[in-house]
Amino acid sequence: MSEVQGFLDRLSERAAARGAEPTWIAARRQAGAARFEALGFPDRKVEAWKYTDVRGIARGDFALAESADFSPASAAALTLPIEAHRLSFVDGVFAPALSDLGELPAGVSVEPLSQALAANHEAVGGALGRLAGVDFSPFTALNTAFAEEGAVIRLAPGAVVERPIVLQFLSGAGPAPVMSHPRVLVEAGARSQATLIEHQAGEEGAANFSNLVSELLLERGAILTHYKLQELPQTDQHIASLHVDQARDSRFTSFNLNLGGALARNDIVTDLNGQGAEANFFGLFFGQGRQLLDTHTLANHNAPLTFSHENYKGILDDRARGIFNGKVIVKRDSQKIEAHQNNANLLLSDRAEIDTKPELEIYADDVKCSHGATTGQLDQEAIFALRARGIDEATARGLLTLAFAGEVMDRVAIDAVAERVELAVAGKLPERFNLAGLVEAAVALHEE
Amino acid sequence: MLEVKDLHVTVEGKHILKGLNLTVATGQVHAIMGPNGAGKSTLSAVIAGKEGYEVTQGSITFDGQDVLEMEIEERARAGLLLGFQYPVEIPGVKNIYLLKAALNAKREAEGLGEIPAPEFMKLIKEKIAFMKMDASFLQRAVNEGFSGGEKKRNEILQMLVLQPKLALLDEIDSGLDIDAMKVVADGVNSLRAADRAILMVTHYQRLLDHITPDVVHVLVDGRIVKSGDAELAKELEARGYDWVLEESAA
Repeated sequence: MSEVQGFLDRLSERAAARGAEPTWIAARRQAGAARFEALGFPDRKVEAWKYTDVRGIARGDFALAESADFSPASAAALTLPIEAHRLSFVDGVFAPALSDLGELPAGVSVEPLSQALAANHEAVGGALGRLAGVDFSPFTALNTAFAEEGAVIRLAPGAVVERPIVLQFLSGAGPAPVMSHPRVLVEAGARSQATLIEHQAGEEGAANFSNLVSELLLERGAILTHYKLQELPQTDQHIASLHVDQARDSRFTSFNLNLGGALARNDIVTDLNGQGAEANFFGLFFGQGRQLLDTHTLANHNAPLTFSHENYKGILDDRARGIFNGKVIVKRDSQKIEAHQNNANLLLSDRAEIDTKPELEIYADDVKCSHGATTGQLDQEAIFALRARGIDEATARGLLTLAFAGEVMDRVAIDAVAERVELAVAGKLPERFNLAGLVEAAVALHEE
Repeated sequence: MLEVKDLHVTVEGKHILKGLNLTVATGQVHAIMGPNGAGKSTLSAVIAGKEGYEVTQGSITFDGQDVLEMEIEERARAGLLLGFQYPVEIPGVKNIYLLKAALNAKREAEGLGEIPAPEFMKLIKEKIAFMKMDASFLQRAVNEGFSGGEKKRNEILQMLVLQPKLALLDEIDSGLDIDAMKVVADGVNSLRAADRAILMVTHYQRLLDHITPDVVHVLVDGRIVKSGDAELAKELEARGYDWVLEESAA
């Protein structure tokens, strides 16, 4: 209880410092705080948190950051080198100096949450919390109580954004640990199209707690690709939930790439509410040291003729631990749906551990569903075959590990994202033998 | 170039090679023939450094170096390459990555720099054309979904790119149809050189119709019991192995 009280005290301090807010925002905060207080931090008796020990967060003493100061050199190194519409936050505080929205197409708005609320709090407020209720988890409740900053992205019907929209969340190595509770709201109008990247990264030595909640609303025929690239320092703790609501014929694709953090927990929930709606979940987690990487996904097939497809790959080294729970629920009248799930894991050390659990709950009778989970080690025969061609063992293992991740990696359409993941997974491998560009050369040769 | 002396090898406690002696000189092509279970594949596996084979006695030297003391990759970099009987499929690792990584590893060991990209592509282009392979294969994963013949061509392609000093070919002819056999044999024949040796392990005479060996050895029950020239292979084809056994027992 005292652990919870510490967070509630922070909340009161913050409320006092903040001053008056519109009544509905204050009421919502109160509801979040009350729910958080009632639930407390989840312990291992709670099924959804059975393998994930959050005491490191509960017992932490996290202040709220006051400024968005960040070393420009660190920021430059961490920022994805791509042309994008970018908003940056340092420990949850909006950082205008590190943001560049460039020129947004007509019908598209991307704003920091604080500015969107200031400009029109009723329109924004109506949608906030619609998908991510305070009952979802204690962390969602906590986010609702604290949330002040984040992003609001709105796409008018038919609007197409060519460049990715990047939300960069930086974690700073300040004198004391801080926490942040960013909130992201995306309203993708009918037939609109966009790519959103949520990128978490930080300075070496940062030991902060970030608790992100994102709500994505896809209207009829909207196409949204969501990348999460989480490469926080291995001393940071990160909790995130992504809530998606899909209307008819919409397509949502998620790339959930988790490389960093001492603890990183991701929940992704999509509600397929209209015929023809499709959700694709691709994920890769790579844990080293004593990292704990936990992913829970849920696809609710609430309408007939809806489709979900999931492919997650986990790679765990040292004493790292991975948790994958992929759940599909098919409602009673949701006939002719398809749901396929696959999770494959690679354990690079004897002390690494994976807990994987695909779950299907089907209440309709005319459905196509499949799920599977596998866990294995690197193929010794393949290591030998590569070494027998003169390739040293470390490189052989790197090549094979990268190959394992390939099925997911090959789908990543943004090179800069793929490169970050490749470097994390296979070390300096691509550079060492300068393999970059080889496939292009081979394609050119083939086309000659 | 290669000298095997009194080699004894056990696999899972079973005594397979029982005092094998073999000398392969530079510029020569040797063939080792023998019935199933004689220890042919064990010999190539031990030379290449495969795990699970215990050398209880004897030595293998290559260019004066103690092969048994060398790591698997060091053997390859020194120019001792094994062409596999059953090439392993490596899903996700593209052929072009394997070729370049292997070639650069060899060059590094020789004190040469990394091969420049245009030079590498030119080399690859020439070799895949020689092996009558399609360039699209370079982007495919190593051996994944390849037919038996394609896998064997791929082994020879790797040899042509890596230019070993000693090419050790384990049953390179198994699973090949006549056309593929010809391409593979042309590849092996193109490797023949005064500064290189080739050691083929085979069950059948058929391969030797395409690649004429300088020396033929008969391996029976873990030992080489007879050696001769190419004529010996023909005799084995005609008469089987029993007479050699009887002769050696006498």
